[in-house]
Amino acid sequence: MSESSMLKRFEDKIQREIKIEPRDWMPDEYRKTLVRQISQHAHSEIVGMLPEGNWVTRAPSMRRKVALIAKVQDEAGHGLYLYSAAETLGTSRKEMIDDLHSGKAKYSSIFNYPTLSWADIGAIGWLVDGAAIINQVMLCRTSYGPYARAMVRICKEESFHQRQGYEIMLTLARGSEEQKAMAQDALNRWWWPSLMMFGPPDHESKHSAQSMAWKIKRKSNDELRQSFVDATVPQAKLIDLVIPDPDLKWNEDRGHYDFGEIDWEEFWNVVKGNGPCNKQRLEARNKAHDEGKWVREAAAAFAEKQATRRKDVQQKIAS
Amino acid sequence: MKSYTKYDPLVEYVLRSADNTLILGHRLSELCGHGPVLEQDIAITNISLDLLGQSRMYLQYAAQQIGNNETEDTLAFLRDGMQFRNCQLTEQPNGDFAHTIIRSFIFDSYHFYFCQSLKSSTDSSLAEIAAKSLKEVTYHRKFSSEWTIRLGDGTAESNERMQKALENLWPYSGELTEEDAVDAKMAAEGIGVDLKDISGSINDYRNNILERAGLKVPEKVFMHSGGKKGLHTEHHGYILAEMQFMQRAYPGLNW
Repeated sequence: MSESSMLKRFEDKIQREIKIEPRDWMPDEYRKTLVRQISQHAHSEIVGMLPEGNWVTRAPSMRRKVALIAKVQDEAGHGLYLYSAAETLGTSRKEMIDDLHSGKAKYSSIFNYPTLSWADIGAIGWLVDGAAIINQVMLCRTSYGPYARAMVRICKEESFHQRQGYEIMLTLARGSEEQKAMAQDALNRWWWPSLMMFGPPDHESKHSAQSMAWKIKRKSNDELRQSFVDATVPQAKLIDLVIPDPDLKWNEDRGHYDFGEIDWEEFWNVVKGNGPCNKQRLEARNKAHDEGKWVREAAAAFAEKQATRRKDVQQKIAS
Repeated sequence: MKSYTKYDPLVEYVLRSADNTLILGHRLSELCGHGPVLEQDIAITNISLDLLGQSRMYLQYAAQQIGNNETEDTLAFLRDGMQFRNCQLTEQPNGDFAHTIIRSFIFDSYHFYFCQSLKSSTDSSLAEIAAKSLKEVTYHRKFSSEWTIRLGDGTAESNERMQKALENLWPYSGELTEEDAVDAKMAAEGIGVDLKDISGSINDYRNNILERAGLKVPEKVFMHSGGKKGLHTEHHGYILAEMQFMQRAYPGLNW
């Protein structure tokens, strides 16, 4: 079959909402876009373990400690399914991880911000997982089968994390003056970076149009961002926290909240490596990887010895 | 600050298991996000979660026995070091992965037989906690034993690191099965585990695994102890400084 007829068949499947599967023919650009997006997503889960892991040893109660560890462990699990989904496109986990460690591959910039108080753990669950869910609910219907299926599973756990984060904020907001101040401070610091999670505005997003045509994405960055703001403002009001945006107000005509200008200079700065924790996050990942080198080598050597021993035994039985 | 440093024998006894699982669970949780391979990161975090879950059951039971508005959180976050009853092994630092694995291997090989025996305690709460824990501990022991063999019998470097970890941590292995008056009293009443009784199985198990791993059991080692009485190593204070920070900085609040 000629390339043009394969392309036609591919596009027809996309049109008819039939999922593209690993063995199907697909344009190189589609494959590349997916590997980039899924691996970035996987890296974000893995790097995202660090800011939250930062409070595991200081969680304020036994219940919170166990819940936080379980949450961070879920993120590791998400990283695993996503690496597996990306591997179905022919790129190995090792290649993807090497790209992360060398700084070539990106991950969500939100994880380059520091967790400075316990309330940040609440804010991350509420806002960061909240923003992630808006994006991921859309991705449950993405055109690539393995990615869509991984997303369905991930979304279930993320919505649990979001509720857990909001519940931490609620507890703080109803607590002492110090606790309220801690919650407000966390919201002040995490609000704008959370809005940036949806990526640059539509007119500047270089990958968006093609991804929409291929139904990898189904909503634009700005549409997703608006859904997040609309969903989150009432939640903040309910617990008497103030969103740090003087321009935020309900727009009756649009049926949406209007909100202030995002500081895109900050966004690009963090993307380029100048966020508060870019260096520390990559160093932590590289350190874990480098210190694990002898462990991986030993495991490989042992597996090889075992295989030889099995072969020897089989030969002895045969003779 | 709590004025007591001595508890009833039953509370003393329960706190030993509560604190062993709390402190080792805490140590393993320090590795969350920093494991050598993603799968091992998940496995170690899982074990940490199991241990902390077990600790909560023991702490809640101890709190109920003490009364006085004591809770799992006041016990975990408001006692000072001399009131902690964990064996010194559990507070040793993670070190390299060899130290992490050997520390778990020494503990898990003890913990398995301990829970297996505690399952028949005449104290129904302890028997229930032990029965629940045993399923998890069986997996922990399998995990740390397999990694002991894999790393012991892996490369020359991994064997050397494992042997070194074994030399460093073996001196803390004795305390787990060293019987004191509390252990003896609890065993005599059928509440606690007869440590003399399980020592043979623990030793046989360890020897078998270490032999398969190509590791030599250190000989003529001086065994440190004191954790059960509240005497700890210097590492312990730093664990508490970190773990108890929130409750100390903001006393009496709900989180």
